[in-house]
Amino acid sequence: MEYGLAEGMYREHILELFKHPHNFGKLASPTHACQEYNPLCGDEVAIELKVRDGKISDAHFVGNGCAISIASASILTDDIKGKSVKDVIAMSAQDFMELLQVPLSPVRMKCALLCLEAGQKALLNGKSQGEIPTKM
Amino acid sequence: MTTINNSRAKELKKDFPIFKVKMSGKPLVYLDNAATTQKPFPVIKSIERYYRAQNANIHRGVYPLSEKATELFEQAHAKVGSLIGAKQDEIIFTRNATESLNLLAYSLPSLFEKGRDEIVLTEMEHHSNMVPWQQLARRRNMKLRYIRMKDGFTLDYGDAEEKISDKSAVVAAGHVSNALGTVHDVKRLAALARANGAFSVVDGAQSVPHQEVDVGEIGCDFLAFSGHKMAGPTGMGALYGRKQLLENMAPFNFGGDMIRKVSYEGAEWNELPMKFEAGTPNIAGGIGFGVAVDYLENTGLRAIGAWESELLRYALDKIKGVKGVSLFTPGVGKSSGILSFNIDGIHAHDVASLLGGEGVCIRGGHHCAMPLMGKLGVAGTSRVSFYLYNTYEDVDIFIQGLRKAKKVFGV
Repeated sequence: MEYGLAEGMYREHILELFKHPHNFGKLASPTHACQEYNPLCGDEVAIELKVRDGKISDAHFVGNGCAISIASASILTDDIKGKSVKDVIAMSAQDFMELLQVPLSPVRMKCALLCLEAGQKALLNGKSQGEIPTKM
Repeated sequence: MTTINNSRAKELKKDFPIFKVKMSGKPLVYLDNAATTQKPFPVIKSIERYYRAQNANIHRGVYPLSEKATELFEQAHAKVGSLIGAKQDEIIFTRNATESLNLLAYSLPSLFEKGRDEIVLTEMEHHSNMVPWQQLARRRNMKLRYIRMKDGFTLDYGDAEEKISDKSAVVAAGHVSNALGTVHDVKRLAALARANGAFSVVDGAQSVPHQEVDVGEIGCDFLAFSGHKMAGPTGMGALYGRKQLLENMAPFNFGGDMIRKVSYEGAEWNELPMKFEAGTPNIAGGIGFGVAVDYLENTGLRAIGAWESELLRYALDKIKGVKGVSLFTPGVGKSSGILSFNIDGIHAHDVASLLGGEGVCIRGGHHCAMPLMGKLGVAGTSRVSFYLYNTYEDVDIFIQGLRKAKKVFGV
């Protein structure tokens, strides 16, 4: 029996975003927020959003996690700025994987999708979902 | 006494068929033995033999096939018992150490004295020796007390003397920390428990597979461990309990096999260990567990422990040459064959992922010890854990993998 190994997960753009994440830090006055936790590896991602007229006017995140989860949160927060709430809620896992552009095993996909889950929950449930810690 | 050195370890590796499997053309370097170990031919063959030629339900059949299966299953209890200095009827087969500890958290409270409302654990426990007791504390309105970890990743025994008191109902401690490798002085903790009239429970999941463990020598009331972490099949674990206590405790699961007599109104319990083994058990697994014990005894538990210590010494020596590594180990002599570490600028999960690409299996994460990780101030660590078949070459490939991971991340 042979095992194929997932190669190419750590592409340059992923590593770059891990070292220098986009939209990292808390928002001054978010309208929507949610924190998600991946018990598998201890990744934590909190997404904070500002919604105006049904559109995402600003998106930030704070978190502690692996390269995949931090880079994913960077890519997500970049992508959803300017998008309608409806479009972000409708975003599928596959849509997001296309944005990410790296092959991931099902286990590591959980790291990537953590931020999407947090973002969508924030929009669906409003600000009350999850306590956002001041420091992570 | 037999000893294991590098060439002997290479020979032993041949007993484990999985090492023929290649990881993208690379040899399998398995360093996640604290999670589960690989299985040798005799264990695999015994399970196949059981299903091919010995399969029948046990205890109630009076035909030869059932009698043979019963005999093999009971022999397995005796083998597992003899490994730790216990009798056949003091060994209860469970699914794993976790189930053994859950059994205790449900059944042992029937023996708690009034006025004893504290459960003493250590800060270094695996979730399996923490969450069942937390739930017990909730059910019975008891208090949890945690023996502190000192700098240097060892337990504060002075604190143990304060926390264990005449209010303690039970003291439950891991023998070896699965996250950091620290070997605890469970003999001392068991003596403290006994002196204060409390029950003592040892989680031996990380000790029984790797060193000589004798319940009489430790002086504990209970010992929980997993068969799959000691060359046995998954789905197998055991609980040792002092006979007198097991006889007086309430059963955990109810149903067939655990009864002596049933009427429409009630039931009487079967003798040990059946009283705690309701329903058709994992017969093949139990037999395989017994064969794993044979394999370990033939190899020599003391030799296994000594070789793992040597591998730890070698790995510590090598890893110190890698820049940006922080170690979470009490050091050789105080540790089992487990090494926890982090690399600056790379998340533990990414370290494990990148090493996976090199055919090297290590663990990255919280190791089911989230409170301990919190105390250490880290989200998780990377961990290598050795077994009898690991070699210096395995460590070398692991170290090369670390250097490659650092290169990928540019740290």
